[in-house]
Amino acid sequence: MTVASAHVAGGGTTHADPAPGGGPRKRSWTAYLLLLPGGLWLLLFFVVPLVQLFTVSLQSGFPGYPGYYYRDVNVGNYATALTEFAGHFGRSLLYAGLATVFAFILAYPLAYAMAFKAGKWRGVMMICVIAPFFTSFILRTIAWRQILADDGPVASTLNFLHLLPGGHITETWMAVVAGLTYNFLPFMVLPIYASLERADARVIEAGGDLYANGFTTFRTVTLPMSMPGVIAGTLLTFIPAAGDYVNADLLGSDRSTKMVGNVIESQFFKVLGGFPVAAALSFTLMALILAMVFLYIRRFGTEELL
Amino acid sequence: MGIFGGNGTKASRGFREAKGNLRISGVTKEFGDFTAVDDLSLEVPRGSFFALLGPSGCGKTTTLRMVAGLEQPTGGRILIGETDLTGSRPYERPVNTVFQSYALFPHLTIRDNVAFGPKRRGEADALKLADDALELVQMTHLAARKPSQLSGGQQQRVAVARALVNRPEVLLLDEPLGALDLKLRRQMQVELKRIQTEVGLTFIHVTHDQEEAMTMADTVAVMNHGRIEQMGHPEVLYDLPKTSFVANFLGQSNLGDGVVTGSDGDDLVVEVAGTTVRIPKSRSVVRDGAITFGVRPEKVRIRDARPEGAGNDVRATVVDVSFTGVATQFLVTVASGTTWAVYEQNLDVERNHLRPGDEVWLEWDSGHAFGVPVNDAEAAAATNADPAAARSTQDAATGDEPDARPDALTVPS
Repeated sequence: MTVASAHVAGGGTTHADPAPGGGPRKRSWTAYLLLLPGGLWLLLFFVVPLVQLFTVSLQSGFPGYPGYYYRDVNVGNYATALTEFAGHFGRSLLYAGLATVFAFILAYPLAYAMAFKAGKWRGVMMICVIAPFFTSFILRTIAWRQILADDGPVASTLNFLHLLPGGHITETWMAVVAGLTYNFLPFMVLPIYASLERADARVIEAGGDLYANGFTTFRTVTLPMSMPGVIAGTLLTFIPAAGDYVNADLLGSDRSTKMVGNVIESQFFKVLGGFPVAAALSFTLMALILAMVFLYIRRFGTEELL
Repeated sequence: MGIFGGNGTKASRGFREAKGNLRISGVTKEFGDFTAVDDLSLEVPRGSFFALLGPSGCGKTTTLRMVAGLEQPTGGRILIGETDLTGSRPYERPVNTVFQSYALFPHLTIRDNVAFGPKRRGEADALKLADDALELVQMTHLAARKPSQLSGGQQQRVAVARALVNRPEVLLLDEPLGALDLKLRRQMQVELKRIQTEVGLTFIHVTHDQEEAMTMADTVAVMNHGRIEQMGHPEVLYDLPKTSFVANFLGQSNLGDGVVTGSDGDDLVVEVAGTTVRIPKSRSVVRDGAITFGVRPEKVRIRDARPEGAGNDVRATVVDVSFTGVATQFLVTVASGTTWAVYEQNLDVERNHLRPGDEVWLEWDSGHAFGVPVNDAEAAAATNADPAAARSTQDAATGDEPDARPDALTVPS
């Protein structure tokens, strides 16, 4: 609350002496005024639509008038979401989990190299990580369809080596997970890089000074110190990946690799009368992710996050 | 820990047992074109408190890091007793460091920070050792906290405990008191000295604070440009500097360049800016030719009239008088136009009557004078490197006159 105290200290001494009268500190409205625009924005464009969506998720359709709904407390929408689309939920969480693990495996060494070994190449590497954002997400995902196509370099090499059982990469879970991993990789790299870059090199040296060899120092000092970055990176990857539908749509198959996002999309835009179920699906996904994130942070998080 | 440890010994993964004096022999460290440490040799007796003193960039921290194993020397050897440690990794050496920024592990509690070393070496009672070490630095009550919840002074104690708990053969302190305020620093100086006496380990203390070095160390080595300028007991170093750099870095000196004109018994006769002064032959590194004459500010006395006697005096004009409580510091301009400092202890109740502009005479005992080789640049560097001396130089400087400095008492040729 430096804003508040700076406001009160108008004139007089700037020393932090306790107030001579001993009275309570005057409350300043500056901090609240600064919060106002952001708060209003959140209220209008997040809280209100969320409440609206929740009411939609409980509505029922007029019999005989598809596309028309009335206000109701129809919990059946949630039952439909959980029974009919349970497989899609499972697939979403599995694909997002796999993509998060793969992104972590790729990102940590990269972030480590950028923070400690890159020297003058650090800037170039940083640009390489960020550069994909300058082209469209859709376009890059379509490009992956070319890369992973049956006659593309990856699939034909694997087929030549008889390492691809089904013969295809596209239209399978592999392509979807690869696409998710690729698309969310920068969100994993940047927070880990930031936490490693901020780590005091002397602290890592202290590990060596205190009889820990290179690997032990990494395990007991460097990795724990970068945990805030790892947690942020995994959340930034897992949460959007679990709700993603573009990768499954462009790289997966219509039957076996659909994720919750694809179901929500088709319920909203393609199924007449699908609005309430789509809303129920959205809410269920949100609740699932919130619960998983909470458990995750409880297990691995630092006190700053809870 | 793990498959190697658990038996309570220090022998794990290439750890080198070594006992004895620390010997640095002909060590050079180059970073590209820059030579940080230049053919440095010294021996630190086991169990002594040794200070490496010098301005920033003089190579003292690099020397320390080479002893720790955090840097490898470009040439030369580092030994403890008869064990050659050159080329070994930091975790293989019986050496621990107290880092300048403390470098505590932010994710571990204070107790786990201190127990880190013993755990890595497979000590069975690592936590018990940690508690003992925390008791030594009086930090037991904060053992469960995280480093971020501690003040600078508390973190400093923990850093000392974390290094000491391993009972290293050599403990390295890299400006550990630099971030503390003056009062806490004085307190920690006394405490570190107490701990060193109590545990009897070799301490190597790197600092740029000459007072800190003098109050704590048995032996002080003054470093400059990667070399040791002079090494010895603090009193000897202060009383008889061998170079103009040491004369100005370790305390302050009034220096003047002159020429040896002759010899009179045990004294050299030197002419400085038209004034004849004497330096005992035993107190001069130079015997003939160009010489820098020096005398400490507290050895000079101010007189209202020309003193009678030996002739170690010079006429001067008072420029500034500052009362510091214990002493009064005068800045005076001597005949050649340069500024000297004079400290007078406030022994009398009578207030000092001198004001800027007053004409006075300076007098000193020729037995306190010393002679060093001429080296203006180094003397200036030392004056500027020492914060306290630099401050008084600024006070003394009148406008942008470049020679209005205590160290620039040069002979007009």
